Amino acid sequence: MLADQPVSLLFMSNRLLAFGSLLLGTARDVLPIVLVVAFFQLAVLQQPFPNLGQTLTGLVIVVIGLTLFLQGLEMALFPIGEFLAGALARKGSLVWLLLFSFGLGFGTTVAEPSLIAVGDEAARVMAEGGFIGSDPEAMNTYALALRYTVAVSVGLAIVTGVFRILKGWPLHWIMIGGYVVVQALTVVAPEEIIGIAYDSGGVTTSTVTVPLVTALGVGLATVIKGRNPAIDGFGLIAFASLSPMIFVLIFGMVF
Amino acid sequence: MEWVTALYEAFLGTLLDVFPIAAILAFFQLVVLRQSIPQLSRVLLGFVYVILGLALFLVGLEEALFPIGELMATQLTDPAFIAPGRDIESLDWTDYYWVYLFAAAIGFSTTIAEPSLIAVANKASTLTGGGIDGRGLRIAVAIGVALSIAVGAFRIVTGTPLYLYMIVGYALVVLQTIYAPRMIIPLAYDSGGVTTSTVTVPLVTALGLGLASTVPGRDPVLDGFGLIALASLFPMLSVMSYAQVGAWMATRRKKREATSSISETETPQPGSQQ
Repeated sequence: MLADQPVSLLFMSNRLLAFGSLLLGTARDVLPIVLVVAFFQLAVLQQPFPNLGQTLTGLVIVVIGLTLFLQGLEMALFPIGEFLAGALARKGSLVWLLLFSFGLGFGTTVAEPSLIAVGDEAARVMAEGGFIGSDPEAMNTYALALRYTVAVSVGLAIVTGVFRILKGWPLHWIMIGGYVVVQALTVVAPEEIIGIAYDSGGVTTSTVTVPLVTALGVGLATVIKGRNPAIDGFGLIAFASLSPMIFVLIFGMVF
Repeated sequence: MEWVTALYEAFLGTLLDVFPIAAILAFFQLVVLRQSIPQLSRVLLGFVYVILGLALFLVGLEEALFPIGELMATQLTDPAFIAPGRDIESLDWTDYYWVYLFAAAIGFSTTIAEPSLIAVANKASTLTGGGIDGRGLRIAVAIGVALSIAVGAFRIVTGTPLYLYMIVGYALVVLQTIYAPRMIIPLAYDSGGVTTSTVTVPLVTALGLGLASTVPGRDPVLDGFGLIALASLFPMLSVMSYAQVGAWMATRRKKREATSSISETETPQPGSQQ
């Protein structure tokens, strides 16, 4: 029989070892960026590195941070997302499930920093184009309205996606239909909004949102009979990147 | 000291970012479901890891990578680098070759390090029991992003309208959806939205703005946009292509095994006997 202490020490060292190998894996993920930046700096631009010490320290922090995040993902975001999705589905209340889906989509998007940046940028472009007043109040109202539009559109996208998983509709027909709508709206929407609308699809899905929304889809597809989590569980992110384009294009026409 | 304040700010920012999500999760857990969370302490520790990890990751990027990456994007798109001693008006689109190469390289490498893509790729790999290779999927997505940023740079240089590229891209997506293996389609569609977050967007935006202000006749405000849009479109194509190539190789391997299994029975390999 081993004493308590050696066991816990062994356990500790095992966990340290596991964390170490995770760190190595993450370092390998970050390595290509380092190589690209070093190549262009030294070989193409032919300049020395400014603040080499700071860059190296920063890289170590990047690797540690990414490793911690990925570890936390497996411990918190994936299990809690799947657990909640499964529990709500088993509860059998469609209303609560759809409300949860909307809340998740809306709540994760409305505070998204890159969306706030895009909203302000859009207000500036539209003010320069003379579509809205160029006083700060008008621009703020516009930016805020755009932000809420996108957040509502992501909420509705997740609701639609969850409904699709429940019904087992094929994803690609809805997506292709969505693309046709985007193209049709592109023809009639003001030119200034098009670039912003197309980009807004990509910026809404943040690092925390993606794992949670994926967990929601996978959790539902696991609980519902006749669904394959590997096939039906995915597709929510696709909706969440498509619907902001449609809503922002419409927004650009209405305002 | 500068590090400490940067870390503190990033930590607060991440906390603010995670707060609405935590509130929604807590509300449904406590008010609607009224069930206890399995392994609650582990989940809470995981949340601490997520917030701390994301804050460290962002600070590291901001201190180490973004300044040099953005400087590089500006320098590579600077007329003094592209055409020393030549009139910028006389440049052909081919003179921007370092820009295209940088665009592709930075698109590929930042996508490989993108946390949400790692998350989705790992999930896909575990769900299929390794049937979808997580690393292979990420490389496929990264190739898509690399091509998209290079094409996006070319678009800004030539000044062709974005919607033309989008229409052709969507048409290709529809076409490939018909031929690609069924099981990859949702994942391929998802990979479009997953690619562009923390690492890629700031560097790519700097490149787009730098390029749009260098090329004569481009407006940074109007033409600087659109790189992200292409970066969400191309990975769908590259992931479906990846699955098609995988399926094609698998059928070829099966055929070869079928023919070689006849010769194998004649000369048993050492080690094949248990």
